[in-house]
Amino acid sequence: MDTTVDVRPCLINVTGCRQAYHKDANADLVVLDDVNLTLREGEIVALLGRSGSGKSTLLRIVSGLLKPTAGSVTWRGTEINGPTDGVAMVFQSFALFPWLTVQENVEIGLEARGVPRAKREDLSEAAIDMIGLGGFENAYPKELSGGMRQRVGLARALVVHPDLLLMDEPFSALDVLTAETLRTDLIDLWMEGKLPVKSVLMVTHNIEEAVLMCDRILVFSSNPGRVANELKVPFPHPRNRLDPDFRQMVDDIYGIMTRRPPAGPKAATTVPVSPLATPLPRVGTNIMSGLMETLATEPYDGRADLPALAASLQYEVDDLLPLGETLQLMRFAVLEEGDILLTELGRRYVEGDTDERKAIFAEALRQHVPLVNMIRGVLDERWNHRASAVRFRDELEDHMSPDYAEDTLRTVIAWGRYAELFSYDEEAEQFSLEDIE
Amino acid sequence: MSATRYPSMAAGWRLPNLWDAAAFVCVIAILVGVGHVAAGTLTRIDAPGATQITLDPWNLPAYAVRTTLRMFAALAASLLFTFTYGTAAAKSRRAALVLVPVLDVLQSVPILGFLTFTVVFFMNLFPGQVLGLELAAIFAIFTSQAWNMAFSLYQSLKTVPSDLAEASVSFHLTAWQRFWKLEVPFATPGLVWNTMMSMSGGWFFVVASEAVSVGDNTWKLPGIGSYVALALEKQDIVAVFWAILAMLVVILLYDQLLFRPLVAWSAKFRFETTAGATASDPWMLRLMRRTRLLKLIGEFIGDTAALLGGMRLSFGIRPRSLASSEPSRTIDIAWIALLVALVGLAVWRVVAFASQLLSWHDIGVAVGLGMITLVRVVVLMIIASLIWVPIGVWLGLRPVWARRAQPIAQFLAAFPANLLFPPFVVFIVYFHLSPDIWLTPLMVLGTQWYILFNVVAGAAAFPGDLKEVAANFRLGGWLWWRKVIIPGIFPYYVTGAITASGGSWNAAIVAEVASWGNTKLEAHGLGAYIADATDKGDMARVVLGVVVMSAFVVLFNRLLWRPMYAYAQRRLTLG
Repeated sequence: MDTTVDVRPCLINVTGCRQAYHKDANADLVVLDDVNLTLREGEIVALLGRSGSGKSTLLRIVSGLLKPTAGSVTWRGTEINGPTDGVAMVFQSFALFPWLTVQENVEIGLEARGVPRAKREDLSEAAIDMIGLGGFENAYPKELSGGMRQRVGLARALVVHPDLLLMDEPFSALDVLTAETLRTDLIDLWMEGKLPVKSVLMVTHNIEEAVLMCDRILVFSSNPGRVANELKVPFPHPRNRLDPDFRQMVDDIYGIMTRRPPAGPKAATTVPVSPLATPLPRVGTNIMSGLMETLATEPYDGRADLPALAASLQYEVDDLLPLGETLQLMRFAVLEEGDILLTELGRRYVEGDTDERKAIFAEALRQHVPLVNMIRGVLDERWNHRASAVRFRDELEDHMSPDYAEDTLRTVIAWGRYAELFSYDEEAEQFSLEDIE
Repeated sequence: MSATRYPSMAAGWRLPNLWDAAAFVCVIAILVGVGHVAAGTLTRIDAPGATQITLDPWNLPAYAVRTTLRMFAALAASLLFTFTYGTAAAKSRRAALVLVPVLDVLQSVPILGFLTFTVVFFMNLFPGQVLGLELAAIFAIFTSQAWNMAFSLYQSLKTVPSDLAEASVSFHLTAWQRFWKLEVPFATPGLVWNTMMSMSGGWFFVVASEAVSVGDNTWKLPGIGSYVALALEKQDIVAVFWAILAMLVVILLYDQLLFRPLVAWSAKFRFETTAGATASDPWMLRLMRRTRLLKLIGEFIGDTAALLGGMRLSFGIRPRSLASSEPSRTIDIAWIALLVALVGLAVWRVVAFASQLLSWHDIGVAVGLGMITLVRVVVLMIIASLIWVPIGVWLGLRPVWARRAQPIAQFLAAFPANLLFPPFVVFIVYFHLSPDIWLTPLMVLGTQWYILFNVVAGAAAFPGDLKEVAANFRLGGWLWWRKVIIPGIFPYYVTGAITASGGSWNAAIVAEVASWGNTKLEAHGLGAYIADATDKGDMARVVLGVVVMSAFVVLFNRLLWRPMYAYAQRRLTLG
């Protein structure tokens, strides 16, 4: 079935797309590298990946909000240059104008096109009714719940009858139940052919959401963002989350997303680019302890299936994977084909009291987090045992974006403080050995 | 759908009510008043009654109208300036290089010192006509209003939320539509608040700028400021109190009729995603919403604005990708080179001008006097803080009292303090007190209220759980002040103190010199130095005094308030 030639008209064609931010005196920070994407009429496609994998950047490139550094983006065969007619976007933060009523918000895209008032009112009325907002026309966004606000966001995008609907993590700011209602409502409209769109492209970091809604899933890898895998979802709508095939697919995608060559147990064999090249996510020590304790006890007994663990903790991939990878980095746990296994060291940590835990943590930090070693080394060398944080931030920024550098530094500060390897003065932005030992 | 619309239609077809009649009369009266005053500005300067006034209290309402109209004329000019200058600074990176620092300096320059020279300029524009004097007065008020309004717009335009900016690009709004649909609404709450602050500042200048003397000629434009000036010459303390009363009425009226409704209305544009506690509408806004005529006028203005803002003008700027192409380096370099050349030229001109007319001794004198004024400002700020912080905390922690105190403090801040000077001066003259000490409190008379109402706001916003913690651990006395409440209100206090200290510097020019009939009181200080030089028409010394004062204000802000403010924002704000 993979060999059949797809004859449906092509909407968007992205070839060899690369997005990099120029940093003076250093190598460019590459966000997207050699990404190809073809989107045809009649499909819902998900861009699935961790935060920082560049999937939102790709969405903005497709929408014309952002111009790629290299590569071409065509809309129905012609190169795009700025926002295209026929594309409408739904935002993660809803992006509603707080001073406009529901109806005025919905009409804004029509107004920009110079649609006369009477026509505008008819179209917005229809979109508002379709999306289930009837009766809320005169409400202001701040009077609405999150779910209702995103319905306004959807109606605003749909009212212009775009060929392509772009959605940037549209349900991630909503609670679980509300998000589910919106997803099923949208899929129902799509299946009934009532959505005035030809295709949908959505960004998500929620694996189940992608498998539930989409016909095709592009899985992104991070640093730099690349399409690591492309999967077809063969199930007919309506889909059942509890169906074993559905579960298997979710499991497989977890496996794909945790199969990352650096930072794995085999990392020692690959040559590291620089000791500072790995960004550290904002993962706190309490949550690390919590996960290890959970893993050590029943029913997991040292081994857990990631989707099941995520479901029971109500975590999304974006919460769970950085946590698992951090444990793996410190050798407290190992990630394997969608499972997480507690190591012997992890078990010792769980069984220890506060001081023993700190000692184990400190040892793990000194062995596996080069930045901590570097900071401590500088502090030991200096006569006053003080060092400014700025130099470390600058060095980190040579290898990653300023945001990542900031996150990494914050994480290291918190870990170092917990392990009592150094202390930090926020006011002076200085590391020191005060109150240590 | 028609069924749900029925009730509002029915309400819309009501007959005009009694309020309509009242509103109608008011609107006509305002139109007649404006027409009358406008006609007056074209008369010759030596026409009878054009620049003479009497102390008859019955003339005060007419004078008050003239003064108020000057205020609003200046306000209109300030808004025009705000929307051109502020927008240019925010939209063009190259323009911002010049416009933002210039605005920053203008904010700290006491323009009051230049009053005489601007009067001469405007009188030469319209020789022999009252219009020249009027424009000079309006210009003086404008200089006290425009800067912070322009800054407010600039800062709002720079901080438009990025998701809304993206949404407006992705939905193809033109630059014009984007400006009126997104940027201006986003800037509205800040702009309304700053306009209100500017009005308060403007009263101070209106009183000082209505009665001006150039050389041997003294002109008094009909208005409250001139009335007070004449009362001072004639030593008529009763007339002074009449003027104060008139001013109270005027401020109460425009506060109730204009700014309360405006502030309540602008809350709609506040960028917040949760519905906060909303105060009840002020009576004027209720009146406007319920009165058919006023409502129609309001809707007409709103519809026209929507129509204008909705026009698809693009001015040739096509909605393009947000991250547009790299700016040209060569043009940048050329632009910066041009600026450096201009600054160099300016430095050369200033040095040439100063070396002709001023000696090092003059500069030393001005800086020395600046030090004296600095000491005054510092001592006043300390005393005002010691008095108003405890009172503000006491009021703020009691919601009922806070609600009552807040409008009063804001009202007092809006009152032009220079109207209150005469009773003080009489007091000092009568008891033969030292002007060096006793004129000082006048500097802070009008500005201390900023400390009070900010502290009240801070204490009122102090989190309930922290109050409970303090009570639970029985924190009391000095410990409570030091560890609980002072850090809690500090960001608010700093905000108020910055405004108060800036205002005190400006007030020094008026407050360090005072007269009562033929008695002239003078304190030693930079303010008196500038006022003296202005009287003598000594341009060089006025410039020197103003420059030194600006330098003091800028240094004071950079070295004390900015770091304090940054510290408060970083460490003492919750969340």
